[in-house]
Amino acid sequence: MSDTPRAAYLPRGLPIPVPENDGLSAPYWAGLRQNRLLVQRCPRCKTWQFGPEWLCHHCHSFDIEWVTVEPRGRIFSWERVWSPSHDALRGHGPYLAVLVELPHAGDVRMVGNLLGDPMQAVSIGADVEGVFEHHPESTPPYSLLHWRTTAG
Amino acid sequence: MTARAASERTLRGRVAVVGIGETDYHRHGASPDPEFKLALKAILAACNDAGLDPREIDGFSSYSDDRSDAARLAAALGTRRLSTATMQWGGGGGGCCAAVANGAASIVAGLADCVVVYRSLAQGQYGRFGQASGISTISGERAYLMPYGVLAPPQRFAMRVQRYMHEHGVRQEAMQAIALASYHHAQSNPRAVMYGKPLDPAKYNASRWIAEPFHLFDCCMENDGAAAIILVPEERAGDFRNKPAYILGAAAGAGYRSGAMPHNSPQYASASFETLAPALYRMAGIGPSDVDVVQSYENFTGGVVMALAEHGFFKPEEANDFLTLENLIAPSGKLPFNTSGGNLAECYMHGFELVIEAVRQIRGQSVNPVKRNDVAMVIGGPMVTPASNLLLGSGATL
Repeated sequence: MSDTPRAAYLPRGLPIPVPENDGLSAPYWAGLRQNRLLVQRCPRCKTWQFGPEWLCHHCHSFDIEWVTVEPRGRIFSWERVWSPSHDALRGHGPYLAVLVELPHAGDVRMVGNLLGDPMQAVSIGADVEGVFEHHPESTPPYSLLHWRTTAG
Repeated sequence: MTARAASERTLRGRVAVVGIGETDYHRHGASPDPEFKLALKAILAACNDAGLDPREIDGFSSYSDDRSDAARLAAALGTRRLSTATMQWGGGGGGCCAAVANGAASIVAGLADCVVVYRSLAQGQYGRFGQASGISTISGERAYLMPYGVLAPPQRFAMRVQRYMHEHGVRQEAMQAIALASYHHAQSNPRAVMYGKPLDPAKYNASRWIAEPFHLFDCCMENDGAAAIILVPEERAGDFRNKPAYILGAAAGAGYRSGAMPHNSPQYASASFETLAPALYRMAGIGPSDVDVVQSYENFTGGVVMALAEHGFFKPEEANDFLTLENLIAPSGKLPFNTSGGNLAECYMHGFELVIEAVRQIRGQSVNPVKRNDVAMVIGGPMVTPASNLLLGSGATL
């Protein structure tokens, strides 16, 4: 795990993530704010689940738990984005988005940005570690989870 | 269940498309008419094509949360009796064939007698799909994507295609061939937004990246317009002006947990047709080699590669060899594809222009007619859940 980068990877002004009004994903977003990656796991059948749902998709138990997992994984897919689809991104870019799978958490996948040179060669299967990016000044405050490749 | 009961649960040969209609197609935001008026114009055009009194329509079917509400349409058209009003869940063009299937199913089930299936879009009035400004907070699936700059459809689908290319060794040239074929066909189609704007490999390669692996020409347009078709029971198919196109089969949905978000579907590098293609062929009683012409929804060219492979026209590993301009064009390519120009070059009518083109091919009215035209396939929006597909046939196929 790494220190928070000083600057945000993408410019300010993109949509701010908030939990649904039923609170389903609230533990996940609260966890990121505390440098913790939380993923759902069913205590009964041990199935991992992300994104969150109210029940376990495998055994249908409603007693599903949030478990802290180490933010590391490997690149499952990636894209280099050139065309801005939001006013906040005009004049910015290219930038890299990656889909990361977490082998130690049932191969669940999550999307983030790949830190570093946006023109770097990206390899599917490469190992990455998570980097939390905090936006305490935002209203409401929120945190994101980015990725960077690990040496070796 | 007896074998007989199972065989009765089919759309095959039970319903005919007897009318097709569309408005002029415009660049996004360029329609002189509001969206609801576009819908009305397309429906009246389809009735006129059929020689049908619009008041006889008693069922409405659409998809992608079409804003042209069935109750308002029925009131505006003076519909004598409203029987069915059916909306297929899911966004984009995933439902363009499902909406036809749902309309046909209402007829077969005796719930309606004459169904119009339609799609209307005026992005100047309601905003573009490709831009996501003006949202301050976001929750649900998009909360896991948008803060990372994964906002609009190209960014939402590029990683699926990248993974597919990685798993199967698919090259950029395969996607390029799809764009070239669409533009090739649009050059003989005066209705096409890209009529008079040909594309060649140099222009494709020089075009800007939108999101790698998508060049500009790998991405669909955004357009304004409306399109509609009229469905009746097969017993009435002969009562109208044009040669009927019969529904041979249809399927909608997706495989196991295909909708698991964000980007967590088990079959990620897929267009979502693993269960639908076999279901479609089973209902129609035919196989890929019987298909004369295919209209396959291009949100992005990479989705077409997957969709055609999943429908058995080639194996994923054969995509580079199969997908060439020569193989994809009318009149006699191996698999004539998007013969009106499709979403890339005719009009992005969320795939409904593809349904209409399939009917034109069966009738022999396409501007790019194929040599054999008894069986026409439509594949709806790939990589979405639910997706859908459709097979139409001439009277000779029944």
